Amino acid sequence: MISLTDVTKRFPHSSEPAVDRLSLEIEAGKVVSLVGPSGCGKTTTLKMINRLIEPTSGSIVVNGAEIMRQDPVKLRRDIGYVIQSVGLMPHRTIEQNIETVPRLVGWDQARIRKRVDELVSIFDLDRDLLLRYPAELSGGQRQRVGVARALAVDPPVMLMDEPFGAVDPIVRERLQDEFLEIQSSLKKTIVFVTHDIDEAIKMSDRIVILNQGGKVEQHASPEEILRSPANEFVKQFVGAERGLKRLSLISVSDIGVEEGPVVSSSSSAEEAKRVMDQFGFGWTSVVDEGQLLGWVDEEMLHEAAVVSEVKPRKFAAFVVPDNSLRKALDSVVSSRTQVAVVLGEGQAYLGILTLEHISKEIIL
Amino acid sequence: MILAQGQPLLEWDWIVRNSSRIFERFLEHAELTAIAVGIGLLISFPIAVFAYRHRWLLGPTTWFTGLLYTIPSLALFAFLVPYTGLSTTTAEIGLVSYTLLILIRNIVAGLDGVPADTREAAIGMGYTNRQLLWRVELPLALPVIVAGIRIASVTTIGLVTVTSLIGQGGLGYFILLGLRRFFSTPIIAGTVLSVAFAITVDAALLIGQRALTPWVKRKPPGLAT
Repeated sequence: MISLTDVTKRFPHSSEPAVDRLSLEIEAGKVVSLVGPSGCGKTTTLKMINRLIEPTSGSIVVNGAEIMRQDPVKLRRDIGYVIQSVGLMPHRTIEQNIETVPRLVGWDQARIRKRVDELVSIFDLDRDLLLRYPAELSGGQRQRVGVARALAVDPPVMLMDEPFGAVDPIVRERLQDEFLEIQSSLKKTIVFVTHDIDEAIKMSDRIVILNQGGKVEQHASPEEILRSPANEFVKQFVGAERGLKRLSLISVSDIGVEEGPVVSSSSSAEEAKRVMDQFGFGWTSVVDEGQLLGWVDEEMLHEAAVVSEVKPRKFAAFVVPDNSLRKALDSVVSSRTQVAVVLGEGQAYLGILTLEHISKEIIL
Repeated sequence: MILAQGQPLLEWDWIVRNSSRIFERFLEHAELTAIAVGIGLLISFPIAVFAYRHRWLLGPTTWFTGLLYTIPSLALFAFLVPYTGLSTTTAEIGLVSYTLLILIRNIVAGLDGVPADTREAAIGMGYTNRQLLWRVELPLALPVIVAGIRIASVTTIGLVTVTSLIGQGGLGYFILLGLRRFFSTPIIAGTVLSVAFAITVDAALLIGQRALTPWVKRKPPGLAT
């Protein structure tokens, strides 16, 4: 969808190139983040894709055509562009701002109106906002309008330069979640620039970690970058808590559950004790016809002959296969049984996760 | 002062008798002003836009128009009369010259004041240079440009009275008349009307600008220069 080959940018009066022979393939429908310290050329790279900055040498192909052979104005209208400061037109109402690119490309009034309605519902914008000026909106609202405006003509490619950088962390997180949800149905090809590795991990399918001069230190999935950073630079950049960050990217279903001690309520107390010993736990789950009833321990069964004579205790927390390992870990450390119980639909017992099992994913 | 003994400061009689002449001269005054500011804008606009895009031109332009601005008006008219006579042309050449510095500086300042992120976003969305200028930069620069037009208009309205010395002058005609005859009434009439005209034009331009720029939060007037 977008491919950069040996792209170099030298700014006048600067001895070092800002971007030095950068090559990059960006797959259609994916979010690719360019991450790195300031001065790594990530914004320069982004701006070369829509020719806001012209490359000194090398080739950039967007939508199957070399950008230097396309009319820059036409090229830019076909690419959504969002910047950190949003850059809404202060003299245009929100509606007029959203209509900007459709008007530039000459859509008729009916089509524009229909598209604005669609965007209003996609972004869950308050209709009252449409007639206001940007100065009358909150920072978060402006950012959402900025993204909506960039999507107005439904461009296949979006360039986003720290699009959620100018709002407070709580609003940022909400905007990120919202955007991920929208992206999951729109499947745009997105180049996303950020200096925040956590944002990159959260938002992208692929991460490109850049060093000074646009040198690619690693280009991999977020999971892979956290699991095996290519070098010391990446390791430093990714920072501490690499293991924990990684856990939030892996779901319970990815690593599979462990069996765990299980008895039915018709089991004898003796059998229950045997199961506990077998697993080395002081407790066992009670499952009837696949449904989890709770757990019992040796002390509870002290005077019982059959498990059904005692009332099983409920697990304080459980996880489902779609939950992240980070959530499972939280469940492990906060439960009395020191495991996370995994349930499927309708309380169906699937198994357990132990700290040992989860930490295999952290320690690599 | 120039008053003859025993004469009242203002003779209403004279004003009533001469009301149609006063009105004619007022129209002449308005016309001289409108043409001067209009031509001034026509000249300043392309120069300012060009200098805004090509910064190196801004220095020489400001230097030259600044030089024009410093020439005493009397001297300028005296210098022009041998070539263009006691004509409207002579008057307008002078009047237009004095608007250029103010107008060019304000147009450039207005364009400079357009937020960089707005400009970047506009280019990134695919505005052509022309669309950027007409649909983004000029509308956003409008308050500062109008502020310049206001200053230029008020200045010109005052200067028009001086052109009475070369047989033009609008309301200035009465001021000159009064000076020659030691007669205060026309001086006062000419001056008061000229000042009132300047204040009216200034207010009208401000109201017009506010109507055209509804997005602008009200700030204390006369901020921009």
